Amino acid sequence: MTTVVQIEDLSKHFVIRKEKSLKERVVNFSRSKLHKEEFWALRDINLEISSGTTVGLIGPNGSGKSTLLKMIGGILQPDTGSVKIRGRLAALLELGAGFHPDLTGRENVYLNASILGLSRVQIDKYFDAIVDFSGIEKFIDTQVKFYSSGMYVRLAFSVAVHVDPDILLVDEVLAVGDEPFQRKCLERIRQFQSEGRTIVLVTHGLDQVAEFCDRAVVLEKGHIVTDGSPRTALRLLRADFEEARQEERERALEVIDPGRALPRAQFTGIALASESGQTGHPVLTGGEGLFIAMQIESERTLPDCIIEIGIANPLGVVVYATNTKMLEAQVPPLGSVNKYNVFVPKQHLGEGDYSVQVGLTLADGTELHRVPEAGQFSVDGDGRARGFIRLDPRFSVLDANAV
Amino acid sequence: MTSTQQDRAVALAEQPLRTAGPRLGFASGTWSSIKDIFDQRELLDMLIRRELKARYKDSALGFVWTLIRPLAMLLIYYVALGKFMGAARQTPEFAIFIYAGLTAWGFYSEALSAGTGSVVANSGLVKKVYLPREIFPLSAIGSALFNFAIQLVILVLATVAMGSFPTGSRWGYFIGATLILVLYGTAMALLLSAWNVYLRDIQYLVEIFVMIFFWVSPIVYPWAMFIDNVKSTLIQEVYLANPITLAVLGFQRTFWTAGDAKPVPDHLYFRMGIAILIGIVLLWLCQRVFARLQANFAQEL
Repeated sequence: MTTVVQIEDLSKHFVIRKEKSLKERVVNFSRSKLHKEEFWALRDINLEISSGTTVGLIGPNGSGKSTLLKMIGGILQPDTGSVKIRGRLAALLELGAGFHPDLTGRENVYLNASILGLSRVQIDKYFDAIVDFSGIEKFIDTQVKFYSSGMYVRLAFSVAVHVDPDILLVDEVLAVGDEPFQRKCLERIRQFQSEGRTIVLVTHGLDQVAEFCDRAVVLEKGHIVTDGSPRTALRLLRADFEEARQEERERALEVIDPGRALPRAQFTGIALASESGQTGHPVLTGGEGLFIAMQIESERTLPDCIIEIGIANPLGVVVYATNTKMLEAQVPPLGSVNKYNVFVPKQHLGEGDYSVQVGLTLADGTELHRVPEAGQFSVDGDGRARGFIRLDPRFSVLDANAV
Repeated sequence: MTSTQQDRAVALAEQPLRTAGPRLGFASGTWSSIKDIFDQRELLDMLIRRELKARYKDSALGFVWTLIRPLAMLLIYYVALGKFMGAARQTPEFAIFIYAGLTAWGFYSEALSAGTGSVVANSGLVKKVYLPREIFPLSAIGSALFNFAIQLVILVLATVAMGSFPTGSRWGYFIGATLILVLYGTAMALLLSAWNVYLRDIQYLVEIFVMIFFWVSPIVYPWAMFIDNVKSTLIQEVYLANPITLAVLGFQRTFWTAGDAKPVPDHLYFRMGIAILIGIVLLWLCQRVFARLQANFAQEL
């Protein structure tokens, strides 16, 4: 495979100045240092991307994803290190960058396409395809300022997917338009992939990463935390988000009501077991039942608690969730140590790995504790189907002459 | 892996790795900058069209407005200075005289003010797509040139109407003057547009500058009047060191045929030649400064 993007020891720092005008600068000249704030947006990044791969850059807000993408695009210059690329590059950093509201759709197509690197002859050739893809033929000679935001984005995206890049940089723009249009866009992305184009994607839509990317790079505070399969990257990132959420929740509660601390109750043990007696990480055969045993310790007696149970696939998508309230199960008031068992007699899950999530809430919905990955189990399949659930379809041939 | 994928990978392997974005280096980058801009000439053309089309898009008169402004100025100066203050009595064909100066100055001031704001005005593009950023000030120059051309047509028509169409060697002054205007206009637009990104005060300073320098060139008063009032040759030389003054004088030499009998500075051709040479060096310097400063445009905007 050919390396198309090569990043070596890349660092970038930003200086935030709190003054902009001449007066402020002159007045504060001697104290200039005080009015500066530096931070490293990227620190010692090393990354190689080979041709034909789709790489997702993910991470919390402010982790440097977009900065990295802009560095690859040559929009920002590195402070140290280097960014080298091969081939034609197109950046979809923001749809409709360069659209002029006073010009018509037609004029904007020409302008935007030439900004993205098409020649006039090429635009003439693709023009009909672009308009056709956008589905707004009727309004192509209307000024863009009269477009709805959906139409605007449709036209911009159509232009963008008709450029012919070797490397495509995409920043948060895949989820545009209504559903049929979205599907069309995603199809086009798949086509790009099959044509061996390299795509670098920045997104918060983790499901998109799971769906499209061969590789995911998790950034945090300007460093690469993980670089590998989307599956592991997403698991790590979701666990991080969960941790941050927990912390925030506790802080928020303290702010609201510092006197009244939330009653402390938490899961102290969860164990999975299969019907056949396997424990640890049980591997279930099709239809085999699953036991989930759990222990909760509480500081004081708590009436009216709800226990939640969920089953998620490796990408974190919850395929099944329930709680004791929905099950109309009685949970006696929590004592200091409580033990419960949940038995799922006949699971109908498809082949694959799953994780169990558990949660404990009060009757008013206040969350006491949540464990996003309480345990894992796998389900063996018979190779007869794919997907998350197991059905038992029958196939038969109908008489072609029957009415 | 399909064959298209393989083909692309093979084709890519043949290309060298190149640095993303512009290449730095003060002297060495000149050639690559020129090449980059030349490669984007189609886009430059489209940006100029965009600017022209968008300017009067929803107005009923459209392009006529580009004419109304200078004609109104002509009227004001003709009436106020020419008739009320009596300048027209000493200056034959006063209208042609004023309009020649206004045309030259109009281009320069538009290049300066539109050029200065050009990068900031296109910040959306600068932050989102990498393009050689020179094209933004250059497109401002381009649209100023277009308006300049329209005004020139009127100026020429006016000389025809007055029966004093300029002929022969006069056009040498015109070529020299236009070269000076374009060189200095472009150089200043590049420099100021880059500075303006870092310090927004520049655009207001430019407004003041344009206002003051309008009176520091012999646009609405003739050179003869200036030397009548300022006898010091030193001040006269300083006054003539302003390349725009030379350009304005060049325009008047070309189109204001009735003013042939009036005094002109010595060695006007020679002075213009020097100004052009300096202008070329200045343009190069300004482009290099621009190339240096543009590295941080995206984060400053």
